[in-house]
Amino acid sequence: MRFYEYESRRIVERAGIPVTEYGFCTTAADARAAAERIGGRTVIKSQVLTGGRMKAGGVRFADTPEEAEAHAAEVLELEINGHMPRGVLVDPKAEVAQEYYAGVVWDGTAKCPLMLFSDMGGIEIEEVAEQHPDHVGRGHLVSRLIDPPEFRAKEVIAAAGVSGRELTRATPILTSLARLFRDCDMTLAEINPLARLSDGSFVALDAHMEMEDEAKPRQRDLLERVLGIDPADARLPYEPSEFESNVKAIDSADHRGVIQGRDHGFDGNLGLVIGAGGGSLTLTDAVRSQGGRPANYTEIGGNPSVSKACGLAKQVLKKDGVQKIAVMMSIVSNTRVDIVARGVIKACLELDRDPGDTIAIFRIPGAWEEEGYKILDRYGVEYCDRSVSMWEAARRAVEKIQGAA
Amino acid sequence: MSVLLHKDFTFIVQGITGREAVNLTRECLDYGDGARIVAGVTPGRKGREVHGVPVFDTVEQAVEHHGAPIDGSVITVPPAFTKDAVFEAIQHGIKLVVIVTERIPRLDVAEMVEYAEILDSRIIGPNCLGLIVPEVIKMGGIGGPARDAAKAYSPGPVGVMSRSGGMTTEISSTLTAAGLGQSTAISIGGDAIIGSTYAELMPLFEADEGTEAIVIYTEPGGRMEAQLAEWVTENDSRLPIVAFMAGRFMDDEEMKGMSFGHAGTIVEGEEDTAAQKIARLEGAGIRVVERIDEIPDAVKERLGARV
Repeated sequence: MRFYEYESRRIVERAGIPVTEYGFCTTAADARAAAERIGGRTVIKSQVLTGGRMKAGGVRFADTPEEAEAHAAEVLELEINGHMPRGVLVDPKAEVAQEYYAGVVWDGTAKCPLMLFSDMGGIEIEEVAEQHPDHVGRGHLVSRLIDPPEFRAKEVIAAAGVSGRELTRATPILTSLARLFRDCDMTLAEINPLARLSDGSFVALDAHMEMEDEAKPRQRDLLERVLGIDPADARLPYEPSEFESNVKAIDSADHRGVIQGRDHGFDGNLGLVIGAGGGSLTLTDAVRSQGGRPANYTEIGGNPSVSKACGLAKQVLKKDGVQKIAVMMSIVSNTRVDIVARGVIKACLELDRDPGDTIAIFRIPGAWEEEGYKILDRYGVEYCDRSVSMWEAARRAVEKIQGAA
Repeated sequence: MSVLLHKDFTFIVQGITGREAVNLTRECLDYGDGARIVAGVTPGRKGREVHGVPVFDTVEQAVEHHGAPIDGSVITVPPAFTKDAVFEAIQHGIKLVVIVTERIPRLDVAEMVEYAEILDSRIIGPNCLGLIVPEVIKMGGIGGPARDAAKAYSPGPVGVMSRSGGMTTEISSTLTAAGLGQSTAISIGGDAIIGSTYAELMPLFEADEGTEAIVIYTEPGGRMEAQLAEWVTENDSRLPIVAFMAGRFMDDEEMKGMSFGHAGTIVEGEEDTAAQKIARLEGAGIRVVERIDEIPDAVKERLGARV
């Protein structure tokens, strides 16, 4: 889960890292008041969950509160990469002597968080690492089992070529960032730029935080009490479609089994009612590689009820442009073949569709398959067992829909 | 021959009174020679039995009851309690911990991995179905009920490792149908950080006389395949490897930043894409196939070429 800049600032502030006296505003009048309170020159920054704000005109400078108000009014209406801002952040224009980068990320291979520091802040760290590797220090946490000690942060900053008072002042900041990364279950915690002001003090001018979704239940205090985030605020990288929202609602209404549905990026005529995790990936590839055009992506797992399987199939069938559905899974050992068969047939009947014509292929081998195949026989649905590969089943579905078109 | 498990292997099930764990216990007791599940643990449920397996409050009590070290544990407790359960198992001398539980934050997994390293234990999972030595023993829900597992798995020379539990069975079933049995099949888990990666399990297969080839199932996301490619190159492995990569469609521009299938499959950087992974694997001499049904011939070809 990605945080807005104003939330990320609050998170670093809470960890004891100095930030400027900023104001988060949702109206132009508030922005003017914030600029008056701050005094002097200010920066107005769009609060969107996407990069490229500067280029899109989402970051502006104001000399007076009136100017801040005018900029805020425009920025609040400015869409950036398809996102409307949630508000603006009004920040004092700081007197910066130098910009640094401080970050903590996961290193999956080492299975350990990695600290990064650079004295070339304000630009993408990947770019610095490529062009000026000697200006990037990096080092893993000493241990995942204890609160990060300061010395490793000091080593990382020193490895970036930083010494003197800058080193001793930046060390507690990187240490605090590593601690909050661990305490708050972040997958990414960046301060960029971390600025050294003309008086020598360090301050976080921008922050980017992402939290692991799996940790949200135990981070409720931070999310809801401190940041006031609505638990329903999913923050997907795009707006969920009607299909996606409906599938989610069906899944939540019944605890038996798990279903998921996506149609972002799909617009074909063959509806997919497929599973489980790896099986769905394999089958989607198999359909596309053989010229099929999937209308969606789904995952079925954990032995859903008849009504859940039926609900999913109905949502797929109701999608615009869907002519037939393919019901396919890798060999199942927990999900029951007969229950899925019943569900998809029920969906066809309830929508006045002939199951034998609507279901292009049914390929789910495994638990309770004999019972399932009997039901499918009765409705004239073409099915196959494990002797027919996932690839071949997908081919048959594609062939049928192309024949129908 | 096999890796990690053998017919006399003893294990416990932590969280044994849960619905899924009760089924899993039944399945393992019924399969092959019948697993030696020496105890179950659920706090507060001491004195009960699950399919004849005695239940205790603590792992310590289970070890004391058994009167000898216990080899393994299957962890099926809810995510919020998993880390503690794993620490408890490792602290009491258990050397192989299979974590079935899904949705565990990765910091917890990283902590468990470090704890296991300190006390010389190994973790498989989380978010996995366990492992199986065909016709001998299975540890976890892999393959389902004994009758179903017997249809898919057969003994033979191929080691299987898969990030998807279901695909472990699909691939093994395809191998079995083509007359190629499995030495050991391992569902390694679908999360971004797991206890044992392909490269970390390779030395075991390399040392196993019964294993002559490896088949892996992979997905976009993470650097596990790159790590395997490096291992194979650096160690001049004797084992031919065939890989199947699912989720090639995730390379499409409109799919960027989205996760499908498992928590670990999110394309965040260039080197995570399916295309990049395939190039790396092929660069290390690993044969990458496009279809599951191409795997048996690819394995036979590789075995033939080696002799």
